[in-house]
Amino acid sequence: MTPPLPPLLAGPEGPAADAGWGAGTERKGFFTDTSICIGCKACEVACKEWNRNPVDGDLEILGSSYDNTGALGANTWRHVAFVEQTKDRIEEARESGRKLVSLGMPSIGPKERAVPAAGADTTPPDTPEFRWLMSSDVCKHCTNAGCLDVCPTGAIFRSEFGSVVVQSDVCNGCGTCVGACPFGVIERRDDGTVSAKVDREEPVPHRGTANKCTLCYDRLVDGEQPACSATCPTQSITFGDREDLVEEARDRLAQMHSQGRTEARLYGANSADGVGGTGSVFLLLDEPEVYGLPPDPQVPTKDMPMMMRQVGVAALGMAAATALAFLGARR
Amino acid sequence: MQDIANADCIVIEGSNMAEAHPVAFQWVMEAKKRGARVIHVDPRFTRTSANADRHVPIRTGTDVVLLGGLIRHVLENDLWFEEYVRLFTNASTILSEEYADAEDGEGLFSGYDPETGTYDNATWAYAGEHEQVRRGLPERDESLQHPRSVFQVLKRHYARYTPEMVEATCGISPEDFAYLAESITSASGRERTTCFVYALGWTQHQGGAQMIRTAGVLQLLLGNVGRPGSGIMAMRGHATIQGSTDIPTLYHILPGYLPMPKAGQDDFREYVDAIGHKEQKGFWANAETYTVNLLKAWWGDAATAENDWAYDYLPKLTGAHGTYQTTMRMLEDGVDGFFLLGQNPAVGSANGRLQREAMSHLKWLVVRDFHMIESATFWKDGPEIETGEMRTEDIGTEVFFLPAANHTEKAGSFTQTQRMVQWRDKAVDPPGDARSELDFLYELGRRVREKLAGSTDPRDRPLLDLTWDYPTDEHGEVEAEAVLAEINGRHLTGEKAGQPLSAFAEMTADGSTDGGCWIYAGVFADGVNQARRRTPGAEQDEIAADWGWAWPANRRILYNRASADAEGRPWSERKKLVWWDEEQGHWVGDDVPDFPATKRPDDPGEPGKGGAAALAGTDAFIMQADGRGWLFAPTGLVDGPLPTHYEAPESTVPNPLYLQQSNPTRVGFKAGEDNLNSPGALGLGGRVYPYVFTTYRITEHHTAGGMSRFLPYLSELQPELYMEVSPELAAEVGLEPYGWATVISARSAIETKVLVTERMTPLRIGDRTIHQVGLPYHWARGDQAIVTGDGVNDLIGMNLDANTQIQNSKNNACAIRPGRRPRGPALLELVEEYRRRAGIVDAEHHVLERPETPRDAQLDPTDESVAHHARGPEEAPAVPVAQPSQREMRNR
Amino acid sequence: MARPVLLNWPVLRQLRGADRTGRGVAVMSPVTRATTPRTATADGMTESVCPYCAVGCSQRVYHRDGKVVHIEGNPDSPVSRGRLCPKGAASEQLVNSPLRQTTVRYRAPYASDWQDLDLDTAVDMIADRFLEARRNHWQDEDEHGHPLRRTMGIASLGGATIDNEENYLAKKFFTAAGAIQMENQARI
Repeated sequence: MTPPLPPLLAGPEGPAADAGWGAGTERKGFFTDTSICIGCKACEVACKEWNRNPVDGDLEILGSSYDNTGALGANTWRHVAFVEQTKDRIEEARESGRKLVSLGMPSIGPKERAVPAAGADTTPPDTPEFRWLMSSDVCKHCTNAGCLDVCPTGAIFRSEFGSVVVQSDVCNGCGTCVGACPFGVIERRDDGTVSAKVDREEPVPHRGTANKCTLCYDRLVDGEQPACSATCPTQSITFGDREDLVEEARDRLAQMHSQGRTEARLYGANSADGVGGTGSVFLLLDEPEVYGLPPDPQVPTKDMPMMMRQVGVAALGMAAATALAFLGARR
Repeated sequence: MQDIANADCIVIEGSNMAEAHPVAFQWVMEAKKRGARVIHVDPRFTRTSANADRHVPIRTGTDVVLLGGLIRHVLENDLWFEEYVRLFTNASTILSEEYADAEDGEGLFSGYDPETGTYDNATWAYAGEHEQVRRGLPERDESLQHPRSVFQVLKRHYARYTPEMVEATCGISPEDFAYLAESITSASGRERTTCFVYALGWTQHQGGAQMIRTAGVLQLLLGNVGRPGSGIMAMRGHATIQGSTDIPTLYHILPGYLPMPKAGQDDFREYVDAIGHKEQKGFWANAETYTVNLLKAWWGDAATAENDWAYDYLPKLTGAHGTYQTTMRMLEDGVDGFFLLGQNPAVGSANGRLQREAMSHLKWLVVRDFHMIESATFWKDGPEIETGEMRTEDIGTEVFFLPAANHTEKAGSFTQTQRMVQWRDKAVDPPGDARSELDFLYELGRRVREKLAGSTDPRDRPLLDLTWDYPTDEHGEVEAEAVLAEINGRHLTGEKAGQPLSAFAEMTADGSTDGGCWIYAGVFADGVNQARRRTPGAEQDEIAADWGWAWPANRRILYNRASADAEGRPWSERKKLVWWDEEQGHWVGDDVPDFPATKRPDDPGEPGKGGAAALAGTDAFIMQADGRGWLFAPTGLVDGPLPTHYEAPESTVPNPLYLQQSNPTRVGFKAGEDNLNSPGALGLGGRVYPYVFTTYRITEHHTAGGMSRFLPYLSELQPELYMEVSPELAAEVGLEPYGWATVISARSAIETKVLVTERMTPLRIGDRTIHQVGLPYHWARGDQAIVTGDGVNDLIGMNLDANTQIQNSKNNACAIRPGRRPRGPALLELVEEYRRRAGIVDAEHHVLERPETPRDAQLDPTDESVAHHARGPEEAPAVPVAQPSQREMRNR
Repeated sequence: MARPVLLNWPVLRQLRGADRTGRGVAVMSPVTRATTPRTATADGMTESVCPYCAVGCSQRVYHRDGKVVHIEGNPDSPVSRGRLCPKGAASEQLVNSPLRQTTVRYRAPYASDWQDLDLDTAVDMIADRFLEARRNHWQDEDEHGHPLRRTMGIASLGGATIDNEENYLAKKFFTAAGAIQMENQARI
């Protein structure tokens, strides 16, 4: 007797519980508060050093302010975007944020937000002439992860921390997951190299397989936090239980709104969005597109539960047949 | 460092803290979280500005005017912290009648000698009876009304530094000035403190030391020294650059800031009295003790009372022998051998081309580094090989490249920017031939001594008598802790013989103790390596006194006696740090009190005794001979007792304040065509080299690149040299975003990618627009590093601050044109063409004399860059004091 | 490699366990199950200090078989609280850099390329040259007869990542040799 499947693949107890880990596991995640990011890129480096990821790109200025690694990909699992804005754009951001506030966005959440005391000054601060946004992007570790759902080999799994991790020893590099990520995060690591000068002594790991942030699975199993959040000088990146982080993010948002900074908004905290919310939550100071993030990400496997219901029996039958064949072969 | 979080307002000026010191910047963010206001004053909008409450763009090199304007604002509006100023500063001190201020001398103070370009500071002295002044008791007027009181002199000196002058000189709007002034004054006083943060953005100017001093004067007036969240934080750039000055590898000092003796100081007594005589107030009265301990540490039993502790073993100076003077000597073939210990002057020093040429004159060069840096390979892939100026087969320099051990491969200590000494443990052995400097220097010394063994030549005695017997480990490497123990010092005789000193107070002048660096005494107290203490911060209070060890005496905030009032009570509960405990009869508090521990606040001091005993209970500035914080500096600076604005050597703006255009004591070098300056406001240079360029570091790289351009993860983050320009300038010159540009100075020309950005702001100065561009200096030409590019320091001339002998990297003039630079000899032709147009050389490559005044310059009457007559800076000699050239010195 | 245990075959685990959709526990590979960080497999960890800027961030250096395998911030430090900037975070590459030089290189006068040289020979050659340069440019006194007791034939310029103990020996030795032109990044 199978209970009815939820509309999306992840169950109400969270994605880890649904992946066989039981209800007791806490889903871990990141909160990246871009309002205090100083753009130092320590997260990019600490990530690469820990994961032994190779250098990206062709070692030329990219043409995107101080960003020269471009985007998340097979080799870059943390990426800092730099956006230079003048006054008119800042005003637009503030206005679009104000609309979100009037839609009641910041009040979503289990507990009452700190409301500014009566008479408190909520006049927006003077709009500066210029601002320079910096934001560290990372795999979202979606509640409903397209990459995980479509992986035909079982190489991608949902860990006990609720993160989505590629097992390179299983991955055959088919690349199905690449198209299934609504954020364009996961990518196949090619065999090329930028320059002999940048090669490490040991061979580049995980060549020819799909690669992305593992939420430092290999640190979490030992009780350590991920390399990026550990190194972040201003703690723009924090790591912890997702629930607490979302709470923190909402507090921070309410605080900024109370200062009239309506341009602030959360990204990934809403469990009703097209991926069921993300493990990596962000506080942004403009619309997501400005940072290169999709405004309304949708998991491509949204309709999969329905499909699975229909093909479920057949699939089980096939699996059983395969198992029998295997048993036969072993004997 | 953590103390920054206690500030109520933080002004970051002359520093790009978020980029150059990201981890320290967490404390600024912490302060901001607690409600502090953060203001960034900088020519560029940087990652620091992005996280500040406001960015105030400034014309580079004009900080004395801005800070002087703030001083005036504080004085005119009675916003100074009166009780603090009266108690702890020399505001009430009366100056000598002979003193004449720069206000009365068109930018020159009394005592200037135009022949030598130097000052005699005799007239800057305090008034009073000679012996009393010597004992730190000059004439004072506590009403602060005496016209020659420091307070009144200060008021007059800055009277013309008005907000209008700030706008006309710095390009800062009255509104921004008012915001800054309001921010710092409202965050100062009993309850609140303001902190300034600076770095090389102040130091690397001609007059850089005076920029820092202006902030010092302002902070003293606001009562922001020696208190929580106060002060002027120097954000130093290298792991132990503080240690490199404390235990110096600098020509002018010995360990513990004892000066190197000068020629003529033939006698030990004369030498120590010049540092500090026994009758003076404060801790320099013990200069003799510190010196004796150093000499005992170095020459052991050979240093005796009879031979004045081997004082004549010390070599003597004849003027400045800084790295740029040495460059000039190399060019004259006056230096045979050069050691580069983790340094890359071909890239990192001013006038890179001249640096490389100088090295080609050496007989031998030793380079010790991790990577094959450009200073090791200039003879085969330097830019001069391409231009044809040098040919590999003509360069006779013998080069030894020795691989160095890195920070994980040796034990030792670094002293960070706040004087905290931290020990590193060794993790692994260095690979291959890599060795530590400790090992190399010890081994070199051992062999040199071995080769000299048996010599009867008196000039070899200092080497042969040197204490050079350090214990070694199982690999034959010197134990670094043994060296630290020598630095700390020990008892040589008596009951405690052999035991380490626990404080410099235990040092004696009779030869019964030794110690290599008096300010480090205590770092090995009780035979324990105190620098290795690592009680986690979470288990300590904010001061964290049990992590590492800070000199002196593990004190974290200097002059902290000033955190309490005349009676020894904290100025406020919110800002308490140390205070007088009447019951215990002792100064107590969170930090180690920076004051004689049992001296009562109402102690009048015993002037007759000298030293610490002479200090009164309110003489918080215990290193000063009058116990006060100096608003006016009668000694210590060679270019004036009060900070005064001068324009940079190549500035195109006439000095709006004085006829004296640039710093009268500035140090320059005549090196034919190789170290020319644009005449700026004094000639056509203002139109030929119209733009100001300023150089800096960025987060992703380190200094000359030896530790960053060879690392893959850092190279990819910032792979290429770029120049930051405003959209207005890009349009004026015709530069494409992310395209190429060529930058030409009077020294050289380089090519760079272009970042067109609103982060650069053209400034309105009078009726002109000044364009400033930014150039990070990390790249170099060569074929070894992962990423390469033109070296920005090739553009910079050797123009030094006379106080520090540090070059002006922050304000130089250039021309800019779109596209890449020419290759080969055509590059030299381009540079030459601009020099000719600027009138600094003629068609036959002869250097033309620089005009002395605009009147002599026969200026084009249509050249609007010269608004009024300015007196030209006289070319100062290479050294600030008359130094006989090498040839004049007799060799016996 | 252990022989695959039949009962651990993913599909069977999927059918048997709570991970009905085969996206969690059921599909974990033996390699994944054995995941251990290299901080845990290191022979040891030593505490160090970052060699870049002067903030003095504390580092934890993990090493195995005589090689540094990882460097990260030390959360115990009251100054840095475990954080490192990109340079500090890259300092493992400073140890294991592909471009790091580990042997002595020698360029003879006028030569067009490097050659190898034994370390011991190199140090001995330098000691000889040191003494010769010292003699060549020795000055006993100035023109007024004041003692100088120095040589102008030798100069040095050091980086500011040289330990206090190293600077101390350098200053001590050079001063005793009369070599006054000793400078440091602190001047630049």
